[in-house]
Amino acid sequence: MATQPDVDAPRQVPVRERRASNPVTWVRSGGLTKLLFALPLIFVFTIFSWLPIARSVIMSFQKTNLITSQWVGLDNFVAVLRDPLLGTAIANTGYFALLALVMGFPIPIIMAVLMSEVRRGKGLYSALAYLPVVIPPVVAVLLWKVFYDASPQGVFNTLLGYVGIPPQPFLQSQTQAMPALVIEATWAAAGGSIIIYLAALLIVPPELYDAAEVDGAGIWRKIWHVTLPQMRGVIFVMLILQVLATAQVFLEPYLFTGGGPVHATTTILLLIYNYAFKNSLGGNYGMATALSVMLAIFLALLSWVYFRLTNRWSTS
Amino acid sequence: MTQTGFSRAAEAVIAPDVEQAGAPQQPGQGRLISWRQRRRENSMLDSDRSIISTAERRQPRVRRTLRGVHVFLFVSLVVVGLGPLLWLAKSAVTPTQDTLQHPFALWPNGIDWANLSQAWNDVEIDKYFLNTVIIAAGAWVFQLLVATTGAYTLSILRPRYAGLINALVLATLFIPAVVLLVPLYLTVVSPPLLGRDYSMLNNYLAVWLPMAANAFNILLVKRFFDNLPRDVIEAARTDGAGPFRLFWSVVLPMSKPILGVVSVFAIIAAWKDFLWPMLVLPDPARQPLSVRLPAVQSQTELDVFLAALAIATVIPVVMFLLFQRVFLRSAGLGGAVKG
Repeated sequence: MATQPDVDAPRQVPVRERRASNPVTWVRSGGLTKLLFALPLIFVFTIFSWLPIARSVIMSFQKTNLITSQWVGLDNFVAVLRDPLLGTAIANTGYFALLALVMGFPIPIIMAVLMSEVRRGKGLYSALAYLPVVIPPVVAVLLWKVFYDASPQGVFNTLLGYVGIPPQPFLQSQTQAMPALVIEATWAAAGGSIIIYLAALLIVPPELYDAAEVDGAGIWRKIWHVTLPQMRGVIFVMLILQVLATAQVFLEPYLFTGGGPVHATTTILLLIYNYAFKNSLGGNYGMATALSVMLAIFLALLSWVYFRLTNRWSTS
Repeated sequence: MTQTGFSRAAEAVIAPDVEQAGAPQQPGQGRLISWRQRRRENSMLDSDRSIISTAERRQPRVRRTLRGVHVFLFVSLVVVGLGPLLWLAKSAVTPTQDTLQHPFALWPNGIDWANLSQAWNDVEIDKYFLNTVIIAAGAWVFQLLVATTGAYTLSILRPRYAGLINALVLATLFIPAVVLLVPLYLTVVSPPLLGRDYSMLNNYLAVWLPMAANAFNILLVKRFFDNLPRDVIEAARTDGAGPFRLFWSVVLPMSKPILGVVSVFAIIAAWKDFLWPMLVLPDPARQPLSVRLPAVQSQTELDVFLAALAIATVIPVVMFLLFQRVFLRSAGLGGAVKG
């Protein structure tokens, strides 16, 4: 076994830094064992991460089917940019992200602050809030699809009927489909954010509240001037991560509406999927990778900015 | 790789401080823990205070508001968090016509238990359920294998190329999953070095291995290993433990907390995954529940379909109720990310 040479490794401690000049000393100093441990990582990442990433850049300049590929320069990018659906997809994705921000972003913060102030039942509330996160996303979407039934006897329409609102078409309406998707997505994700904010609230130093009270601050001013500023790091991280996630939204539009009605919920990822996999005779992989590379560059820039900003904040 | 964005988000927030919170030898170092400890020490003076002070809690106006907050939280969380599940549980054993006509009536025409057995047997939920378990178990094994051996190399063995690998692994964190979709699919359709005719389609390895290439896991475990007490490792080395013994008998037993976190993430991600298994497992007989449920919807009667959804929900919910603390704690560690 390759372990053998390393048994005397402790005695070699002072010389361990010595450069292995030939294969024999390399093996004797445990090089082979180290490589053996590194191998699973190297193998899996090379085949399933590093090579595919490189390949996606290459493929975006190629016309590819499964047998051959040929270089086509910027043709894929031009074709994507000329696709009339691209504008729709970008607008829809932006709309989804915006709605998710407006509806979904403040709610978990408010809920977490409220939950942190009640003395009893915190455990029960956390568990209840987290339940939707536990439900498999596909099940959640399919269940909500039943809820959104457009008939007057549909689940949500029955509820609306109780308060005198006429039946709504929900997913079948071009204007209501996207908000309907966002409401479900918010419901499915809010619990996770609430738990994270609850933990963040625990780290706010109690002394700051004492100090604020000495200065005569009431409850609202303590929230505004102590709690929220103390949480700004977490809030900002959650914000940028939500933007990254919503920019790649796929499951909801795919399962709820398939992008309809009349492309009202076609997102960028759905467009990529359609380029590559919708045609059973073989997809347009070039266009699909060209669009994903463009989206990735945009998102990578975004996360770079986020790392720069959070680094500055955490050191200050 | 195609797990939902939101769970990715939650995990990413958790990342940087798990190693502090879980580091066995220096419990005071993690901010989360240090504040909790300090709070415990302070508890003699001001018991576990939050925004509202003890004095303010005595004011009648504040007390009334807090009681209102209690009612609001309870009602809204029960309705929003538990409501859909209860409705699903009820509808799973209700005949289709009752669900369609009176969605909120409690069994006007009796309970239809047959839905459940029909879903289990006729829709073959049992088979897809087993597939889901196989996928989750394999993903768990491979993710743990790659994460622990990889982190062990990068953190403790440290060969000369460790820096390069570490940088390459970290770099993939910045690259959104969407880039991988098409090239990874083509890699599975025709894997490199295996010849044109070989394909990994319908092979579970095509789901397990890409999930194991998870930079986030490596980062998480490596940071934990970085914080393990060096003197214990050096002592084991002096006692003659080779790299394998060191790994198996010293490092892994000390790393149970982080292995638990990675396991929870791995199993949940595999259970939730939809797009990727749908692409690489075109054979219905090999597909997991998440892929089959949307596919069978059109040919299944509503009551049986809802029963199938209920069955698919039971295991994750039961797991959550059993391991609630683990779930919530790993989700909540994210709060320690920025103080």
